[in-house]
Amino acid sequence: MKIMVAVKRVIDYAVKIRVKSDKTGVETTNVKMSMNPFCEIALEEALRIKESGFASEVIVVSMGPAQSVDTLRTGLAMGADRAIHVDAPATLYPLSVAKILKVLVDIEKPGLLILGKQAIDDDCNQTGQMVAGLLKWPQGTFASKVVLDKEKQVATVDREVDGGLETLCLDLPAVITTDLRLNQPRYATLPNIMKAKSKPIKKVTPQELNVEINSDLEIVHVTEPPKRKAGVILSSVDELVDKLKNEAHVI
Amino acid sequence: MEKLFRSSQRLLNQSSSSIFPHRSNPNFEHLKHISGSSYVYGDICNAYIKPYFECETRNLQAYHPLKDYVGMFRAKTCRIQYKHFGSTATTVQRDPSFSILSSDDIDYFVEILGEKNVFQDEDKLSTANMDWMRKYKGSSKLLLQPRCTEEVSQILKYCNSRRLAVVPQGGNTGLVGGSVPVFDEVIVNIGCMNNIISFDKVSGILVCEAGCILENLDSFLINQGFLMPLDLGAKGSCQIGGNVSTNAGGLRFVRYGSLHGNVLGIEAVLADGSVIDMLGTLRKDNTGYDLKHLFIGSEGSLGIVTKVSILTPLKLSSINLAFLACNDYLSCQKLLLEARRKLGEILSAFEFLDHESMGMVLTHLEGIRNPLPSSMYNFYVLIETTGSDESYDKEKLEAFLLRSMEGGLISDGVVAQDINQASSFWRIREGITEALMKAGAVYKYDLSLPVEKMYNLVEEMRLRLGLSAKVLGYGHLGDANLHLNVSTLQYDDSILAQIEPFVYEWTSKHRGSISAEHGLGLMKANEIYYTKSPETVRLMVSIKKLLDPNGILNPYKVLPHSPLP
Repeated sequence: MKIMVAVKRVIDYAVKIRVKSDKTGVETTNVKMSMNPFCEIALEEALRIKESGFASEVIVVSMGPAQSVDTLRTGLAMGADRAIHVDAPATLYPLSVAKILKVLVDIEKPGLLILGKQAIDDDCNQTGQMVAGLLKWPQGTFASKVVLDKEKQVATVDREVDGGLETLCLDLPAVITTDLRLNQPRYATLPNIMKAKSKPIKKVTPQELNVEINSDLEIVHVTEPPKRKAGVILSSVDELVDKLKNEAHVI
Repeated sequence: MEKLFRSSQRLLNQSSSSIFPHRSNPNFEHLKHISGSSYVYGDICNAYIKPYFECETRNLQAYHPLKDYVGMFRAKTCRIQYKHFGSTATTVQRDPSFSILSSDDIDYFVEILGEKNVFQDEDKLSTANMDWMRKYKGSSKLLLQPRCTEEVSQILKYCNSRRLAVVPQGGNTGLVGGSVPVFDEVIVNIGCMNNIISFDKVSGILVCEAGCILENLDSFLINQGFLMPLDLGAKGSCQIGGNVSTNAGGLRFVRYGSLHGNVLGIEAVLADGSVIDMLGTLRKDNTGYDLKHLFIGSEGSLGIVTKVSILTPLKLSSINLAFLACNDYLSCQKLLLEARRKLGEILSAFEFLDHESMGMVLTHLEGIRNPLPSSMYNFYVLIETTGSDESYDKEKLEAFLLRSMEGGLISDGVVAQDINQASSFWRIREGITEALMKAGAVYKYDLSLPVEKMYNLVEEMRLRLGLSAKVLGYGHLGDANLHLNVSTLQYDDSILAQIEPFVYEWTSKHRGSISAEHGLGLMKANEIYYTKSPETVRLMVSIKKLLDPNGILNPYKVLPHSPLP
């Protein structure tokens, strides 16, 4: 069985982001970029599944301009077997990504498609669900535990939901999106970095895949959230009531 | 009488090493705080002198028939002390020429600083009286927090006139007892003077007050695209005034160099209250003697630093970090040479730690993950590169690492893929000090030694101490600076006797420095002769006398208590 993992190159989680002065987006020049943390977790899970014998190959996929290849190299250094780079413009919305992934899945025919639950730059949380819909595959999102059963060809997924944990049993092939507590990603060791240099990265374009990328969304405006105002220490209950009534208008 | 004369003659004919079989008094640390004049030696002392030293000095006067001989005897023992650099029999005694704090003094301080900035309550004083290592505790009764240079000047002028001893204090993170009072000195804490005065975005020159915390300055600068040229584990608490006063080194020393090079100007207040404004922001200024260098590294003994102007380097976007394992110390040295050659201008940090240090961190700190769990290696090396082009630097680093691995210099390693991974690697190296504090008592030594010989000291120390203590060696390999730490469950004088003065003598023999970056403080003031010649120290003493005639600034520290004439 093959496993396909989709990863995204985003601004590093630890960087303090700044909004561009023209309010069209976030400052990305000269800012450290790395693999989306949830995608790292997804790749780690795929590698663990391969190491326990349930899969033969892990393919890592990324979409974007040439720099996305760096993220793919990280993926290969972690242990993936090969990579596919879809050369596409930098801003790709979830539906376009889902359409491209569908075509890639039809070509590669993996038994499992694992993604991070969301990207930390847009926080969309849509790609996994959309691609499952397009493929008509079962989906286990926000996975905090994944157990595979080879004979029955099912995956038992514990999902983190608002009310607690939900356990689903999915028939393979399936789509899984990973949540934070699933695992702790491994470091890229030097021997693996060495091996990664010889692993293939195939480049394709959306045109070759017959996918039309049309942006159905437009970013109008990006602003920082309003700064938290300092608290005010009041001296009496009367003052509190007065403020609640006249300033906050809540009573 | 005849008998006593002959016995004292016999005594004086003995070599000092047989009278004092252990060159350093193992009770030295405890004796510091005994203000009486009796010495307690215990078992190590030769039976000959025990009776003389176990009595109060005034009782010796009772032997008046022998006064001359006793006088001779005492004069001769003083000479014995000088010959061995005061490592024996020198208790620190409170200098009686300093005045005792009176209520008039407190009233005056309240008048000039306001009541809110004068502290006498127990809690505030107990934290200010004790150092970070919890090794030194003073008994000051007064803590002052001036808010501007003028107030510092008034405080010092008054203290100088009243002969009140003063301890300048910043973040109180020093490791040699230099930031806390020894007796009842007045603590002047600069922490409230924490304004950033100006920052030039083009040249990167930052002017700020001495009480600014290093990490806050770093965060401010990062927003502007710059960073502080020094980085230490204590950055969350240490203040720039203290960093400058101790000429702090840190993790990035190998790339950005010493504070002597980065500090462009200082404003300091001398002991008599005069404000010396050398707060220039010029890169080049060859007009007269460059006095700011006197204040950098003098640990508050020549003046209190109130403002600093510092040149900050640009924050380059591409930072890569590799955590590597080596089998032996020779590979670490070769790796350093190779890194200098192959990584050259992008190398920004080169640290090493041995397997004991790694074990200590993994045991005592939470949330630490071993990046190379497959086995415990003998040495770990952290190499950081900082450059302007991400992919170019990464390629350069990876090529260097792969070649070193093929050459057998590295057994295994990982490269951080994002900032979080990099922070977790740094946490391991920066957390060793914290882990040691949690493990119990620690004897800390910070030595500059030739790189080839550095680890030999650690191994010899291990042989000496055997199972009684854990010996850790780690440090800034790129600067030839070893942090030697001995960890025991409790402070134990017999273990101290095994360590000192062996470690100082070993360092001196290899022409190293007994304090690479921590400074002398109280801990090593008397050991200065291991690294500096008597003539040099004599000149230092005269400079101290010139700038601080009453000796009120940070007394008992930095310079030896009984300098060689």
